[in-house]
Order: sequence, then C-alpha cells, then structure tokens
Amino acid sequence: MLFTSYAFLGFIAVLFLLYYLIPRRMQWGLLLIASYLFYFIAGPSWLLYLLATTMATYLAARRIEEVGVRQKAYIKANRQQLSAEEKKAYKEKMKGRQRGWMLACLLFDLGILAVVKYTNFAISNINGLLRLTGSASRLDFWDIALPMGISFYTFQALGYLIDVYRGTVEAEKNPFRLALFVSFFPQLIQGPISRFGDLARSLYEEHAFEAKRFCYGLQRILWGYFKKLVIADRILVGVNTVIRDTETYQGAYVFVGMLFYALELYADFTGGIDITIGIAQALGIEVKENFNRPYFSKSVKEYWRRWHITMGTWFTDYIFYPISVCKPMLKLSRAARARLGENVGKRIPIYLSSFAVWLATGIWHGASWNFVVWGLGNWVVIMISQELEPLYARFHRRFDVRGRGWYKLFQVLRTVFVMSCLRTFDCYRDVPLTFRMFGSMFTRWNWQILWDGSLLGIGLSAVDYAVLLAGLILLVAVSLLQRSGSVRDRIAARPYPTRFLIWYGLFLVVLLAGAYGAGYDASQFIYNQF
Amino acid sequence: MKKVWKWTGTVFIVLASLYLLQRLLAPKYAADVVEGALIAEYYSEEKDHDVVFIGDCEVYENFSPAVLWRDYGINSYIRGSAQQLIWQSYYLLEDTLRYEKPDTVIFNVLSMQYNEPQREAYNRMTLEGMRWSSSKAASILASMTEEEHFLDYVFPLLRYHSRWSELGAEDVKYMFHTPRISHNGYYMRVDVKPAENVPEGRILADYRFGDNAWEYLDRMTALCRENDIRLILVKAPSLYPYWYDQWEEQIEDYAAANDLLYINFLELTEETGLDFSTDTYDGGLHLNLSGAEKITEYLGGVLRREAGLADRRDEEGLAGVWEEKLAAYEQEKERQYAELQK
Repeated sequence: MLFTSYAFLGFIAVLFLLYYLIPRRMQWGLLLIASYLFYFIAGPSWLLYLLATTMATYLAARRIEEVGVRQKAYIKANRQQLSAEEKKAYKEKMKGRQRGWMLACLLFDLGILAVVKYTNFAISNINGLLRLTGSASRLDFWDIALPMGISFYTFQALGYLIDVYRGTVEAEKNPFRLALFVSFFPQLIQGPISRFGDLARSLYEEHAFEAKRFCYGLQRILWGYFKKLVIADRILVGVNTVIRDTETYQGAYVFVGMLFYALELYADFTGGIDITIGIAQALGIEVKENFNRPYFSKSVKEYWRRWHITMGTWFTDYIFYPISVCKPMLKLSRAARARLGENVGKRIPIYLSSFAVWLATGIWHGASWNFVVWGLGNWVVIMISQELEPLYARFHRRFDVRGRGWYKLFQVLRTVFVMSCLRTFDCYRDVPLTFRMFGSMFTRWNWQILWDGSLLGIGLSAVDYAVLLAGLILLVAVSLLQRSGSVRDRIAARPYPTRFLIWYGLFLVVLLAGAYGAGYDASQFIYNQF
Repeated sequence: MKKVWKWTGTVFIVLASLYLLQRLLAPKYAADVVEGALIAEYYSEEKDHDVVFIGDCEVYENFSPAVLWRDYGINSYIRGSAQQLIWQSYYLLEDTLRYEKPDTVIFNVLSMQYNEPQREAYNRMTLEGMRWSSSKAASILASMTEEEHFLDYVFPLLRYHSRWSELGAEDVKYMFHTPRISHNGYYMRVDVKPAENVPEGRILADYRFGDNAWEYLDRMTALCRENDIRLILVKAPSLYPYWYDQWEEQIEDYAAANDLLYINFLELTEETGLDFSTDTYDGGLHLNLSGAEKITEYLGGVLRREAGLADRRDEEGLAGVWEEKLAAYEQEKERQYAELQK
C-alpha cells in the first residue's frame, strides 16, 4: 500500500476515525492492528521477519533486564558477605551474561537483515571472484523480495535492545507494546528511526482529540504530498530518462540529471517523512524530526547533521562511540600516539570509527558496491575538509568573508554540488559507469543543451518545468520562513479566510499538479526498499 | 451561529469549486473524439423504443434509426460506443431496461473477440456517459485494466486533474452543455474512401471465443428472455477487423442452440446492395451514410417480417418527435455534403 495510493488515504481516514471513537485505553492496540494490517497488505510473508525480529528483541531485552535485576538483588542481599573484589567479579560476570544476550539478539536480528538483504550481493561477489579465477561454476541468485522497511525496523529494534543493555531505558514488559514500537506503520516505509525513549511514551499513552494538533497533522501530510507528488514524482521522469539511457545522455545531461536527482531525492524523502510525522501528529504521537533544511548546510559534515538525522545519530550512538572508545581502539590510539606523535595518534580512533560508520551507512543504503563507494566517498570528503580546517582558518583570517551573504550562498551551493556529485553513485548504481558518466561532463562538451531546448526532450514539457520551478520556489520560501519559526503557527495566526485560501490552495495544487493516477507511473518512495 | 455559517460556507466553496473543476477538466468529447459523447445522449431521449442496438462502432456507424423510422415506422435507438466490450454491452442493456423495455435488442457480435479489458480510453468513452447505477458500477469493475482505479470513475477529476495545461475554448464552452452528436445513437459520415487492399486476418493461435465473453453473451440472452425481449445477433458488414469463419461458426451454433436470429451482413452484400467502393468512409472499417442506409433498409424488412414490429408512424406524438429528428438528420446530411463540396 503506497503512501500515494487511494487505498492508503482510505486506510488512514478510517484509522483516524476509529482512533478517536474507541475507548482511549485501546488506542495503542488499534495502532498495532493497523500496523500489522499495513505490513500484511504489503507482503504477508514479510510478517514472519517482522515477528521474528520483534520476538527475539523482546525476549533478549527481558533477559538482559532480568539479569540486571538479579545482579542488584544478589549484591543487595549479600552486601555484608561480599568483598569489593567479589562484588566487582560478580558484576562483570553478570554484565557478560547481559552482553551475551545482547550480542546473540544482535546477531539474530542483523542475521535476518543480512540474509534477506545481502545474500545476493555476496553471491554476485563470489561469482565475480570465480570468474576472476577462471572457474566456470556460478552460484545461483536467491529469488527473494526485500521485506519493506526491514532496515528501518531492524535498526529501531536494535537501538531499543542496546538502550536496555546500557540501562538507558527499561525493557518493555508487554510484547504487544514492543511490537507496536517496532512496527508503527507510518515509519515502516522510510523511517525516521525512532528511539524507544523518544517514541514509546507518546505511542502508548491515551490521546484525546485535539482539533489544532489534528489539523497541524493534516497540514503536514498535505505538505508531504505536495513535495512527493508535485515535485519528486514529476521530476522523476526526467531523472529516469537521463540515467537509463547512458549512451545518449552524457556530458551536461549528467550534470542536469545530478541536480534533478538531488531535488527528487529531497522532495521524495522529506515528503515521505512529512507524511509520516503528519500522520503521527494527527494521532497525537510525537515522532522525531528527520531533516533540518539540509540543503542550507555550509559543509558536508553539517549536511549530514541535518539530513536523515535519526539515521546519523543512530550510527553515531551505536557504532561510532562504541568503536572509538572500545579497548582495542584505545590501545591502538595510545600506541599510535607513542610512535607517530600526538597529532596522528589522536586522529586514528576518529578516522577508523568514522570509516566504520560510513561503510555501514553505505551498506545500509543498499546491497551493492555503488553504495559502499558512495558511503566511503562521504567519509573521504568529510575527512579531507576536516584536515583542511587549518587552511580554511588561515584563509578566513586573511579574507574575512564568512559573514558575507554571497559567501554563505557559495558555501551552500558548494555543499549541494558536492552532495549531488556523490549521489551519482546512487543514480547509476554501477561504480565504473558512474565514473564514466561523471567524466563525460568534462569530455563531452554539450552545455548548449541547457538553453537550446534539448531539455524538453527528456520527458519533461515546458509545463512540467514551470510547475517544478514554482514548486522549487515554494520549497525554498518555506524553508527560509522555517528558520524563524513554525510556518504552520504563522498561518494559524492569520484570519480564517487567509488560512483557508492557503491550505485549500495547496490542496488544489496537489490535486491538479500532482503526478499521480493513470499516465504517471506509481512511484515508490526511494527509501522504501532500504 | 457564526461557526455554522463559517463551516457551511467552507463546505460549499470546496464542493462547488471541485464540481466546477471537474466539469472544466473532464474531456469534452463533443469537441474532439465525438464517439465519447454518444452513450450519454440516450438519457435525454423519450424512452419508448421498439428496437435498441447495443455494440461497438459497428452499430453506431452502420445502422441508421432515421431510416428505420422513415421507411418502416420503427422507433429505434443505438447504444453504441467505440470498442464496446461485451460486458459493457450487457450492462448497457441492464441500464436500458431501467428506463424502457424494447421489443427487440440487436447486438453486434464483433466484441466476442475480446475476453479481457482492453484500453482505458475506450472504457472511458463507454462508461463515462452512463448514469450512475449498479449496472454502471458493475460495468466499471468488469472493464478496468490493471492501471485503472474505480475511484477515478467516481471522481473523474482525479483522472483528468492534469488536463489544466491543455484546456481549450471548448472546455469552457461545453462545460455545462453538450451539443447532440448522434441521430438516435447513429454517428453520420457521408465522405467516401473506397475499400482497397483489405488485409486478410492474421492467423490466430486459438479461434475460440473466451469464457468471459461467452458468459456475458449467455447473460444477455437470459436477460432478454426474462424480459420477453427478442434478441437478434448481427455481424455488421465491416471488412475489418477480420471476421473469421471459425468465429462465424461459433456464433451460428450459439444462435441455433438458443433459438436466436443471427444476421451476418458480410454475407448479404448482394441483397443489401452494398458497394465498398462507395459505401464506406474509411476503406471498409465502417460504412458511410449511403452504406448505413442500405443495410438499415434491409434490416427494417427483417424486423418487420421476423419480429413483427408494427409501423408507428401514425402515432401523433412520436411522429412529431421524429419529424424534428428527420429534419435534423437531413440538415446534417446536407451540411456534410456541402462540406465535401468545398
């Protein structure tokens, strides 16, 4: 059930109605049923993976907590008899047990993800090696569809498990409640990756109907549909034309495709998140923001703090920090400081940990080398800009341009350009081809296509361009307004006729200029299959 | 009270604007693909027909109700539309029976060749003109291709939302009023394009009509029987799409088994006097006015003999209605001939 299907609109309309009609204590139960129904419709067999991940995580988290409780009770009961060493040894032993449960569940959950998502990637690499060694034998690919949103719910479940292990949250005693946290349907498609501590309370508590909150939710949903249907799905035609015919569309077309893809991805992903957050808000549930106007970032590092925020913080909390402060890393850092000097030594844990983060980010995005290269490409860019910091500082001491508007604009455009370049790996999904196409921008000199009308031949008409330009202007205007507070609050402060005109006008724009229905290919959200 | 006014006004503005947008954006068949306007015209008719034709373009291009009236006093109407599939014909018959019970229904059998939904554009031309009823809903559900959605038929605005960029003067002109295109469902063409080099039918893997098509023919037969209506099967004399001997055999067998009259006009060119060098406007696919009048003349005789349909030209009210219709028919004929002379 696509977010953009009539069935989905009907589904949420019925859910909203029932949600506020049934006794409030049953609301979370209804959400669980709705979430499982949503997932069942997407793929009945996929429910098995979801159930397996949920049950394993529930049981492991409960065991981890029980071990912790037992440990505390034992120490309390034997406080007098146990020496400090004995207490420490006992704690270590119990921590080891907890770690055992945590690792076992981690392996199980990640094992499911690895098997369904990465088996064919592994097979294609093995086949590649076999080909290199001259062997004629090949492994057959596994015919399996990637369960919807498996990367999102697996990470959400693992985040909960690690938080229980760390003691930052208590284990959920009711398996059905945990099932809802893992499967909450608006997030299943493309996140955000919520933390148990952030989401659980608002997910389980009772919500009375609040007209303002409900309207704000609907407004956010509408804004999401605007981004998705009017911008992303419209420009998609042009992007697909350019990236699918690599013989015809080279040189400046690659540049155009790159920028169009940047806009498409932004509108698609943030639009989807707007719909998710809007649905949750209409239900009275608070879901964390996943974007903070990322295209206004002045550096790649800042961009990643503002793009897919929940994924970034997940990787930071559960991969970067644990790796950078683990014993072998600290040992390595000490050895490096002693042998290579303070400067290099202190960098090693950061470099290696962030390498691991970006490798994982790449692999998480897709089971193919282009995503690995894309992830590591981000790492390289961030590391280089970090290393160049002193040079920048010197430049800025000499030329004080940081406060200037044009320089800020330059920084923003530079970030957009760098990110767009990196994303060509995502567009072409083939590393050598990406390099070839990227190179063609410099070898095939056809920049006249930008003004000679050739761009009307990539599946987009003059009307499409006009709609896209107007949509882009609106996007930028809203983003600029958001810097000084909530746009919805501002609109809400206006008299009723103005409010009505704005929201009904936006509704009509989506209705009339949206790329949906017959004649348009129903497009999945790009992050659907991650 | 203020709140009530606010919400009433809001709902009114929303509904009215959506309605107006829908009227504006829906295609105006009368201005372009006129075949799409035919089905809706039936509802503004006096419903007292002796004969109702149902079927695809082979009925609305090849038979002239004006001739049936003028020469036989038979009051008839054609509920035909482009590539009308057999289940659409069945539901159109059901729909017709809501308004009247004709003595005879004539169904053109060419659509038996289709067992599954074909193209959205043709579906729309048949279904959009129908008034809402359970028959229309069932017809939509039976006709939709995989890409189509029922809701798009309920709210055509959802289907035609992107037409705003191609609106023309006709879209405003025909927003609320559509001119009549047909003459009791007959779409007149007087121009001539002789039939030359009509292609042979390509070899088919299977000549049997599909189960779905048979099912609807059975239902149509049963529905006519239940309502005491004589069902006549016809194959209009269009040379293409090709009518295979194997198809002919199946229809003949069916007609015999169900005691139905079946007329294949392809085999009656001598009797009807049809001449494909002068009686078709598109090389044999459809007849022009001259051809349509010839075979209608023949059909009138059959209806008089076989169905025993009475001459109603002495019915004052009906005669008055037809007088106007015949005048319009002649006027259109003259207009088209004059156009041809230019």
